[in-house]
Amino acid sequence: MTISSNDFIAQSVVALQEAERLRTRKELGKHMPALRTRAVEEFGDFEGLREHVANVRQHALDNLDYYLPQFEQQAIDNGNQVHYARTGAELNDLVLSICQRHNARKIAKGKSMVTEETELNHHLERAGLEVVETDLGEYIIQQAGETPSHIVGPALHKPEAEIRELFLDKHPLGPRELEDPPAMVEEARSVLREHFLSADVGIVGANALIAENGYSLLVTNEGNGDLCANLPNILIVCTTMERVLPRARDAAALVRLLTRSTTGQSISCYTSYYSGPRRQDDIDGPLETHYVLLDNKRSDILASDYKDMLQCMRCGACLNHCPVYIGAGGHAYGSVYQGPMGSVLTPLLSSLEESHTLPSACTTCGRCAEVCPANIPLPDLLRDLRHDESRSKLGSGRWRVSMKLHAWVSQHPRLYQLLTGLGVRTLHRMGRRRGGFSRLPFASGWTQERDFPAPQKDTFMHQYRKQAAQDE
Amino acid sequence: MYWSFDLTPTQGVVDHLAATVILALSATPLRLVQQKDSQPRMSESQQPQASQRFQVHLFVTCLADLFRPSIAFNSIALLEEAGCDVTVPMSQTCCGQPGYNTGDYEATVPLAKQFIATFEGADYVVAPSGSCAGMITHHYPRILEGQWHERALDLAARTFELTQFLSEVAGLKRPIEQRSDVGSVTYHDSCAGLRELGIQTQPRHLLNTLCRADLKEMERTDVCCGFGGTFCAKMPELSANMASDKLEMAQASGATTLAGGDLGCLMNLAGRAKREGIEIEVRHIAELLAGDLATPAIGESSQS
Repeated sequence: MTISSNDFIAQSVVALQEAERLRTRKELGKHMPALRTRAVEEFGDFEGLREHVANVRQHALDNLDYYLPQFEQQAIDNGNQVHYARTGAELNDLVLSICQRHNARKIAKGKSMVTEETELNHHLERAGLEVVETDLGEYIIQQAGETPSHIVGPALHKPEAEIRELFLDKHPLGPRELEDPPAMVEEARSVLREHFLSADVGIVGANALIAENGYSLLVTNEGNGDLCANLPNILIVCTTMERVLPRARDAAALVRLLTRSTTGQSISCYTSYYSGPRRQDDIDGPLETHYVLLDNKRSDILASDYKDMLQCMRCGACLNHCPVYIGAGGHAYGSVYQGPMGSVLTPLLSSLEESHTLPSACTTCGRCAEVCPANIPLPDLLRDLRHDESRSKLGSGRWRVSMKLHAWVSQHPRLYQLLTGLGVRTLHRMGRRRGGFSRLPFASGWTQERDFPAPQKDTFMHQYRKQAAQDE
Repeated sequence: MYWSFDLTPTQGVVDHLAATVILALSATPLRLVQQKDSQPRMSESQQPQASQRFQVHLFVTCLADLFRPSIAFNSIALLEEAGCDVTVPMSQTCCGQPGYNTGDYEATVPLAKQFIATFEGADYVVAPSGSCAGMITHHYPRILEGQWHERALDLAARTFELTQFLSEVAGLKRPIEQRSDVGSVTYHDSCAGLRELGIQTQPRHLLNTLCRADLKEMERTDVCCGFGGTFCAKMPELSANMASDKLEMAQASGATTLAGGDLGCLMNLAGRAKREGIEIEVRHIAELLAGDLATPAIGESSQS
């Protein structure tokens, strides 16, 4: 990844100038919330379901030392092998060693944010393996050599024409039209089908791990996850420990929240539970199955004031509802996780030093928390990260000092009223005729984009005091 | 042409202080929606009898104090019309939102304590701003501990945003013949008021019952205008993009006035409208409810 999270502001300015992509994001920002709203209203007591699932997940997180070993034991009893990775590098090494043990040459991958986080593809490719992303969006950005711009729709930033050019360039299928999206999807489908059939290893993620039976849950709309999981001889499920839920019914409840929040669907096209390797009477399925469970600082998050963030189910609703994400686009965040959830998660998974600009990329409008199916208080967490930033003096010194000064002056009402009175009367005299200022030297951040309305003739406090004196 | 002022382009600490004082009053925060109900409120028995007059202390808010005193004067007029005795504590300054929203909780705590000490003698505290009222009701308890936490909760239970107080507590009514025509109005729901305090129906109800207003709803009125306190100065391009979207929707509603309950949002929108040459009058709800159309709209010339 070349874009740093601390370049957010500069990157967002670039993104605002890309008119077509901005228009697409604004459409997304209109339609996705509308789809979600309709699905939530049709469901009825969405609030009750949300609270129920949040309580269940909180319980599971609070008792991870019980449910994680239970999941592990059940999964082993089902014939799976279970591995733990403390870091992204450990996950990458574990996956590579499994592939190498089986002399694998080609990997078919389902959509997995965890492996985006660990940059698994690079690791496998450096070792000479061929990795094919099979989720359409992931496939497009893999072909284009780009990174995801949205955790659910990784290629949302790509206009139709670019995808057409990309397919014409990358698929050696001779001259053809690819006149519309269905034609492009059909082409990707036939190209991918060959990869599914020839892959040695399938890698998928998981939306939940079920402790009581050792199953994992995966939702997709394209069915590519099931093909990755069932056609190759080896299956590796890469996920993280906080996906554990106590019971199968909890996973079912989670799906109800997840799909409505993600795409406004009452259920995804494919909702699959994986138990383990092919049994004697099964007609298909992998011969060997592995779980690789990544920590990568999640234990630290669990022990911190940010543990609510572990409830995130990666639905993308906060991105779709965030006006800052819509303006800035996903790539500005310099992270595989974008929008409000990304601005919390990126500093926690990397470091605040590398990404302290992200928590400020938010007006704390609260629309994200309003729609978050996991009830995560995202604006509070973002503000708390700003608190960490402030304490470790990472951000702009000028802002920090001016806040201190402002607080100090505000604690001295007479001085405060003297200074504000002087400032306001001066600004009023200068601006009353025009009504505002197109440039002000001390507010260039404001006047760069908007005029500054001139104040009325004096502060309220001075006017009120004078009026009270006259009345007496 | 607007009055143009170009001194040294360098931004020093003093510049930032000024910018902060002026811009930083965030119109934002948030608590989960379902926690609205958990916000402490007075029980029936605690509420003053109908025969008593409401003893209200007005929190002017620093933006209204500095930039638009007419909001505070109109708020006083409305509260008095609703049968309140209004006191303006003269030692009030700022509730501490700028520091709080930039993460400087340490600088905010003394301001929160100062605010509580200044206002806790009141039966009711009323502020013509959702974000300032939300700061007191939702965020003071969050950053204060021990006895101060208890005092914060106690004050939170008696603190209201203006339209919330006028409609839910004071029940202000006005005879039809005294209702003035305020033209066609579209109302922008400021984020903190909407999501922390549940303010949505109250201003519209008041516009319909205290004035003759032609209410025109714009699309997606719940989307942020891009003010966000220091956000608008730290990330001006993103902020302006949001303000332009909001103005476009306001214009599409066909209303000639864009009203709201938070001056920060309104200054952002009025300033952006001026910059873009968009013709729409931007006003605080208190001015409309009091029928004060004589005061020039936000950003308009005060000399005819």
